[in-house]
Amino acid sequence: MRGLSFDVAHLLAGGLVLVSFMQLYQDRLSALLNMFALHALVLTLSVAWQAYIQDAPHLYVTALIALVFKAIVIPIALHRIIVRLGIHREIDKVVGVGATMLLGMGLVALSMVVMLRVTADADPLAREDLAFALAVVLLGLLMMVTRRNAVSQVVGFMSIENGLVLAATGAKGMPLVVEISIAFSVLIAFIVIGIFLFRIRERFDTVDVQALDRFRGERS
Amino acid sequence: MTMPFDPMAAVLVIPAAAAALLAALPGYRMTARLNVLAALLTFLAALSLFFERPEAGPYLLVDDLNNVFIVLTTFVGFTTSVFSASYIDHELEIGRLTPTFLRFYHAMYQVLMFAMNLALIANNIGLMWVAIELATLTTVLMVGIYRTHEALEAAWKYFILGSVGIALALFGTILVYMAARPAIGEGLPAMVWTNLVARAGEFDPALLNLAFVFLLLGYGTKVGLAPLHAWLPDAHAEGPTPISAVLSGLLLNVALYALLRFKMLLAANPYAVAPGPLMVTLGLISLIFASFMLYRRRDIKRMFAYSSIEHMGIITFAFGIGGPLANFAGLLHMTMHSLTKSAIFFAVGHIAQVKGTQKIAEMSGLTVTNPVLGWGLVIGVIAIAGLPPLGIFMSEFLLVSSTFAREPWLAILLVFGILVGFGALFLRLNSIAFGEPRGPSAEAKASYLPMYSHLAIVFVAGIYMPPAIVMWFQNVAKLLG
Repeated sequence: MRGLSFDVAHLLAGGLVLVSFMQLYQDRLSALLNMFALHALVLTLSVAWQAYIQDAPHLYVTALIALVFKAIVIPIALHRIIVRLGIHREIDKVVGVGATMLLGMGLVALSMVVMLRVTADADPLAREDLAFALAVVLLGLLMMVTRRNAVSQVVGFMSIENGLVLAATGAKGMPLVVEISIAFSVLIAFIVIGIFLFRIRERFDTVDVQALDRFRGERS
Repeated sequence: MTMPFDPMAAVLVIPAAAAALLAALPGYRMTARLNVLAALLTFLAALSLFFERPEAGPYLLVDDLNNVFIVLTTFVGFTTSVFSASYIDHELEIGRLTPTFLRFYHAMYQVLMFAMNLALIANNIGLMWVAIELATLTTVLMVGIYRTHEALEAAWKYFILGSVGIALALFGTILVYMAARPAIGEGLPAMVWTNLVARAGEFDPALLNLAFVFLLLGYGTKVGLAPLHAWLPDAHAEGPTPISAVLSGLLLNVALYALLRFKMLLAANPYAVAPGPLMVTLGLISLIFASFMLYRRRDIKRMFAYSSIEHMGIITFAFGIGGPLANFAGLLHMTMHSLTKSAIFFAVGHIAQVKGTQKIAEMSGLTVTNPVLGWGLVIGVIAIAGLPPLGIFMSEFLLVSSTFAREPWLAILLVFGILVGFGALFLRLNSIAFGEPRGPSAEAKASYLPMYSHLAIVFVAGIYMPPAIVMWFQNVAKLLG
């Protein structure tokens, strides 16, 4: 049983990294949002599996929150926003797909090297989980850096949060306080973002962050 | 409750209750007063912590270190609320803010006070993280409150960089828990700071090191350390000035305080890497970078924002050097900087209102047109530049001399950075305060009390520090290791 529980946890955490990669090269917003929903779904499964093998029922709550908010509510809401704004067109990137993917691979390798070496004494399950979680966080950061569009930056931010949830559930027995707070903060963050997107649309008729960058307080 | 009055709960409950009340009440004159009253009550509750210290629980803790910061935070929170009352009067008159937004503004102000107090008083590293995230989100909303292009850009940038920082900090927090779990056991106790620091010697040093790197980058973003500072000048320049004062004077301190707590963990573990060199490097980079950037500023609030980066660099450097003397200097500098910088922003807020602009080129001769404001700014800049006899001179002098004794090369860099910044500040001050009078010069409807009371404290601290306070700081400096 020990072997199986480890393998499934490993598979799911690895799956999360894979979906992170898939997010990196989506160049349409709606496809990106679908990928994010998939990301959250894999996270849900992973958290639920952790709840099962750690016999920690409170983690099911975290899994449920991930499922309801991140896999269903948020993608639907963002879909509506981009439909209302009429931006299904291609999203621009600063770095090309190939370079981004190579960078992403480098980041995954980096997180493996760093985490596996540092946590040599920790139990293997937590080790692998942390390494994958760091990879997901770094890939989320990469996405935020390479994207210019406000919606895709938000998606990048949320996949960072997913990575953090993975890390928190992998750390056995971490108090509930933290998981709830993570979910809660994502919610708050989303409200904030919602307000911002609303205002940005109102003021600029675009959600392209590059348009915001025109205003550098000190030019002129 | 068995106790009739619990000051530890009071510093949290008063702002939280006030936030709810202020969100519900219309009428800005009354709510502005209520805001001041709530801030005053919080400050008094914080003061009472000196005399009656409650037991530490799994969530809350008051010790010598955070007591100072709680009192400082609530004091500056109170004076800023007084300044804010006269500031927003003017903003309403010229129509930059509407009464609806004002209600939101006041409620958010109290939420921010609540979040900062919670971050300081938390004994739980998870709770501390939540509080700092709450403070970040609140300030993001406040920075964007004018809803101009620039304000939205500033708020967006702040939001993105702030959340990346906060994400890295959470990862670091999780790693600390992972390091603590084998020694302390699963669950809540392994996130309680007092347990952590008591058992830190048994933690896995490699994991602890890695955790500190993430925490340094994460909370360092919130402190505004150099490669991660990009949000800071925009957020300061585009938000309402009371928020700039609170950001510079308090929120940066709170983030640095969080970092100090973790530094103490590493110091308690003999096998962990010394966090000093990392902090010294980041501090020096911030100091020198910000000093040079000061020369190119054309916007007055932006200039003082860079000056905040510079001073945060100095403080981080001081704690990185470590030892009783440098820590003492760092603590003193934190206190003096937050008092001085908020006083400067009080002055700048009214100046920008009088002149109708934040551009340095369009304001000059302030000591002639608005002597009270102008001279207030002059004193503030003299203080922030580190000239004797004001408080910042004391702390910088202590820091430089203790660094010279231990790492002369670093001291040379430190002095270089301070001097470069010094030159820039006086270059600008000269034209703002003494040049040909320019721009409108209407009398400011300002309350000068907050500004001058801060400057008076800084002045007195530069000349005479009561032995009790010196003792207190020395104790805390020893705690920091």
